[in-house]
Amino acid sequence: MVTGLFNYWIVVILMMAGLYIVMSSGHLVKKIIGLNIFQTSVFIFFISMGKVSGGTAPILKDGISVFSNPLPHVLILTAIVVGVATTALGLAISVRIYEAYGTVEEDEISDMDKENRQRETSVSTVVLDKQ
Amino acid sequence: MIVATVFIIVKLDRLMTAVMMMGFFSLLSSCIFMILDAVDVAFTEAAVGAGASTIFFLAALAIVGRTSKKRKKEKTLMPLAVVICTGVVLIYATFDMPYFGTADAPIHQHVAPRYLQESGDEVGPPNMVTSVLASYRGYDTFGEAGVVFTAFIGVLLLLGAGTRKSGLERPVPPNVKVESMRQKIVLREVADLLIAPVLIFSLYVQWHGDYGPGGGFQAGVIFASVIVLYALIYGIVPAQQLFPPRKLAYFPALGLLLYAAVGIASMAMGGNFLDYGVLMPDPHDGQHYGILIIELGIGITVAAVMINIFFSLSERSL
Repeated sequence: MVTGLFNYWIVVILMMAGLYIVMSSGHLVKKIIGLNIFQTSVFIFFISMGKVSGGTAPILKDGISVFSNPLPHVLILTAIVVGVATTALGLAISVRIYEAYGTVEEDEISDMDKENRQRETSVSTVVLDKQ
Repeated sequence: MIVATVFIIVKLDRLMTAVMMMGFFSLLSSCIFMILDAVDVAFTEAAVGAGASTIFFLAALAIVGRTSKKRKKEKTLMPLAVVICTGVVLIYATFDMPYFGTADAPIHQHVAPRYLQESGDEVGPPNMVTSVLASYRGYDTFGEAGVVFTAFIGVLLLLGAGTRKSGLERPVPPNVKVESMRQKIVLREVADLLIAPVLIFSLYVQWHGDYGPGGGFQAGVIFASVIVLYALIYGIVPAQQLFPPRKLAYFPALGLLLYAAVGIASMAMGGNFLDYGVLMPDPHDGQHYGILIIELGIGITVAAVMINIFFSLSERSL
C-alpha cells in the first residue's frame, strides 16, 4: 500500500514546495521558479498515472504487447514546450517591471505604488483647494 | 533526491544557484520520465528544462539582479500554514487513487485502448505518441503551437526584437567584456566539436519522430539550443548575423501557417480539417506526409520562437 501511492505523495510534496515558493518569496523571478516546480510536479503526476507495470514505451514493435498509456505523454510533451514559452513571457514581464521600478521585489513595488497614489491624491487636493 | 533538490531551491536566496539547481531538477525529472516509459517526454524535458529555460532564467537574472531579499518571519508563516493544510488534503485525496502501475485504472479504459491497438493500422507510425499527437489530437497540438506563438508575440511586444539597433552599430560599453567566452579555449573547442553534430541530430529527431522518440517540439528546442550555444561562445552579434531577428520573427507564423495549410488542404480534398488520409490516394501515405509536414511546421515555430526569445532577453542585458 505504501509503494502503491508513493509517487503521488512525492508529487504532492513537490507541488506544495512550488506553491510555498510562489506565496512566500517576494522576488518575481523566484516566484516563476516556484511556478516551474509546481508545473513539473503536475507533469510527474500525469506520467505516473500513465504507467502500466510491465509495460514499455509506446512504440510499436513485434513481440511487445504491453505499453504504457501514450495519451498523457502527448499532453505533457506539448505542455512542457508551452510551459517554457509562458515562462519566457513571465520573465519578459518581470524584466519590464524592473525597468519601470528598478526592483522586482513585490513589497518594494507595492510600496512605490502606494507612495505614487498618495502623491497623486495630494496633488489633486491642492488643485481643488486652488479652485 | 529530487525532493532534496527542491528544498535547496526553496531555501536559496542566491538566485543564480537556484537557477542552476532548477536545471539539475529538470534533468532528474527527465530521468524519472524515462523510468516511467515516457521517452518522448523525457527527451523534451531534458532539452527544454536543462537547456532552454535555464538560459532564459540566466538572461533575465542578468538584468534584474541575482539575489532576493530575506523576508520577515511573519510573512512566511502564513504561506507555510496554507501549504501544509493543502498538502494534507491532497495526500488524503490520493487514497482514492488507483495504485501506481495498475493496468485497469480508469485512465487506461477510455480512448487509450484504441490508440494502442488501432494506431498502427489507422495512422501508421510505430511511435504511438507521434500518431496521437499529430493525427488523433491534431487539433490540440495546433492549439498548443498557437499558444507558443501567442507567448512569443507577448514577449516581442514587451521586449521587442530587432527594434533596437543591433550590437554592430551600438558602441560597446567599456566595462563589458563581450568576447570573454571566445578566449576560453576549452569551452570554444568543445562547442566547435558539438555544434555541427547536434544540428544534424536535431534534424534526425525532426524527421525520425514517427519511428523513434522525437518530433517537431524536441527538434525545435534542440536546434534553438545549438544557436544559443553558438551565441554564448561567439557573442550574440555573429549569431544575429546568421539569424537576423527581423527576418526570424516571420518564422513562427510561417510554421503555424504550414500547419494550418495542411488542415485546409485536407478540407479542400474533401476530408475534415487535419484529416490527412485524403491527401494521397493511399490513406497511409496521406497520414505519413501530413504528419511529416505538420511536425516540420511545429519544429520551425518552436525553434524560431526560442531563438527569438533568447535574442530579445539577452539584448536587454547588454
